[in-house]
Amino acid sequence: MPAATHLSPQDIEDLGRELDRIREEVLASRGEQDARYIRRVIALQRGLEIGGRAAMFAAVLPPAWLAGTAMLSLAKILENMEIGHNVLHGQWDWMRDPRIHSTTWEWDSASPADGWKYSHNYVHHTYTNVLGRDRDLGYSILRVSPEQPWNPVYLAQPLYNLALAALFEWGIAIYDVEIERAFRGEKPWDETLDQLRGMLKKVLRQGLKDYVVFPALAGPAFLPVLLGNLTANVVRNIWAHTIIVCGHFPEATRTFAEAELDGESRGDWYVRQLLGSANISGPPVLHLLSGNLSHQIEHHLFPDLPSNRYAQVAPRVRALCERFGLPYTTGSLPRQTVSVWKRILRLALPGPTPARVPAPVPGTSPEPVARAA
Amino acid sequence: MLGIRPLLATAAGALTSPLTPDDYRATLNPLWSRNRPSGRVKAVVPETADAATVLISPGLGWRRGIAGQHVDTAFRIDGVWHSRTFSLSSPPDRADGLISITVKANPDGLVSRHIVQALRPGDIVRLGQPAGTFVLPAELPERLLFVTAGSGITPVMAMLRHLAAGPRMPDVVLAHSAPDPSKVIFGAELRRLAARFPSLRLHEQHTRPAGDQRSTRLTMAALATLCPDLPARMAWVCGPAALVEQAESYWRERGISERLLTERFHPNLRAGNGAGGRVRFVRSGRETTTSADTPLLMAGERSGMLMPSGCRMGICHRCLVPLADGRVRDLRTGVEHGTAGDLIQTCVSAAVGDIEIDL
Repeated sequence: MPAATHLSPQDIEDLGRELDRIREEVLASRGEQDARYIRRVIALQRGLEIGGRAAMFAAVLPPAWLAGTAMLSLAKILENMEIGHNVLHGQWDWMRDPRIHSTTWEWDSASPADGWKYSHNYVHHTYTNVLGRDRDLGYSILRVSPEQPWNPVYLAQPLYNLALAALFEWGIAIYDVEIERAFRGEKPWDETLDQLRGMLKKVLRQGLKDYVVFPALAGPAFLPVLLGNLTANVVRNIWAHTIIVCGHFPEATRTFAEAELDGESRGDWYVRQLLGSANISGPPVLHLLSGNLSHQIEHHLFPDLPSNRYAQVAPRVRALCERFGLPYTTGSLPRQTVSVWKRILRLALPGPTPARVPAPVPGTSPEPVARAA
Repeated sequence: MLGIRPLLATAAGALTSPLTPDDYRATLNPLWSRNRPSGRVKAVVPETADAATVLISPGLGWRRGIAGQHVDTAFRIDGVWHSRTFSLSSPPDRADGLISITVKANPDGLVSRHIVQALRPGDIVRLGQPAGTFVLPAELPERLLFVTAGSGITPVMAMLRHLAAGPRMPDVVLAHSAPDPSKVIFGAELRRLAARFPSLRLHEQHTRPAGDQRSTRLTMAALATLCPDLPARMAWVCGPAALVEQAESYWRERGISERLLTERFHPNLRAGNGAGGRVRFVRSGRETTTSADTPLLMAGERSGMLMPSGCRMGICHRCLVPLADGRVRDLRTGVEHGTAGDLIQTCVSAAVGDIEIDL
């Protein structure tokens, strides 16, 4: 049965209808302004990338190295977050621009776009926070929910979460291949190896560019350029990891049992997305650099709406949560990060006993589930 | 042997991966793209009350074609690209390098109205390469006949301009139909050409002169009278489907079909019966619902798919995609068909019930 809350089936249907209406309104009003937004972000990103790489040719001068590395880091962050992630979601397909389309896009990440679209758009966005189904829940290596049985390896999870942050793109790329499913016999080996080959090919190409070709072009600045590119990749990885773990792992977000998927209606699905996601509050530049995943709740409700519209619909989603007594988890970046780390540290140790939200009793309306400030 | 160009492209690709150098060129200026050519609108010149010629400066990747060919274009309207195919009205050898299309605004046509009424100099137009066999042959015949109606004059205008710029105007008869003299697209230029070249004979058929409600269309019998040596001429016929079909049967009955080239506008689409259905695009995982008389091309485009497209009237076969499951109806004939694996023309096919497309 669907995720238990205090809401009646009628409430859930009403909430679903209200959310559908918000979605329809945005779909009907997409136009030139939105199109100009993504074109500008793409132009800005390419400008930053060219500028950063050009500045780094003078990398023997420390200020040039710093400026180049900063610009390249920003470019890589924009490319993965506001552009790549969202284009691959099909958020901009409505423009029918063959250059900005989910079926033609490839991004500067170790994960080939095709495999990522499956593991992210389909698996993660359909089965969000469902234990045993959403592989993003802890990325198969972290214990982020008390329902995951403890084992001694998790004692090291604070350490390897740090390592995952620095190596995030490679971590995600390997994880997308689902090697553990091949070992368990759930996935054919030839398909797994094909994916692995595709990933290695891409990793090689991206690695060649950042660690061989550009450093070599810089001649005497070979080493500074290599280090600058490495720094930019690591900065981007840490940033992406930080934003993404804040989306689903803060303490107030819920996880779900597989049984809760049975008979799930559209409204139930919306409720699960709401309960399993958390926002990050902050200035517009944070939203831009996070690829608007700072509006993780809105993104999970409406994964294919253009990202520039999430800020606009957020107050309406929040008002609906208040009306229906549902939590709308949000907080500043430091606060959410601390919250995630508390969870990771706590769950490195055995326990606690999973606390299940009780099934609703018809005709009653218990307290709303835990509300984060 | 490897040329220097592919080598350079590979080297540049190593710098821009996962993008291509072309992506960066196009970001700086869409006209610099070689892979996806574009053009910039230089001027929009009114031809009649509801038709206009768009002069376009083509970018680097564009290759000029042969007089009479058409070109795929795409226009951005409120953030969305819309593709349409138009005949080029410019000859391929224009001195200033510009190309032109001439478009009549259809009251129900989003794209044609945009072109005539809203397009401005400086706007970017996406361009395909010139294509089509409705052209002048490399070796010009002695005598030519052009039969056109309405905006069917556009490809013929490109040919006439090409001939007018050449060394010698061959023996040409042009029979053009339009409602009245003011609605003749390129009217002034056609009359000027006829005055300048004695070997060019222009017949204007005004089908509704001075608001007359009785239509006086050009019949094949009338055509044969005004052009007695018709069977001896190489003929080009371009216009609405009815005109083209009449011409095709007339030429066929006389056994001279090999001397006829045709191009038609507007297919006669029939309303489908039944309820349409759900269309699933298997590879992209996208789904949309459609009615029984909506071409699959339109249904796909509305859902944001990048559909291959061309003439949009079932002629050029550029829109072919494999059917994965279900059946479709040909909107021209009403015939239901399709088994998995068939290549279907999405521009003239509608879904019969739920279908799947391998795209």
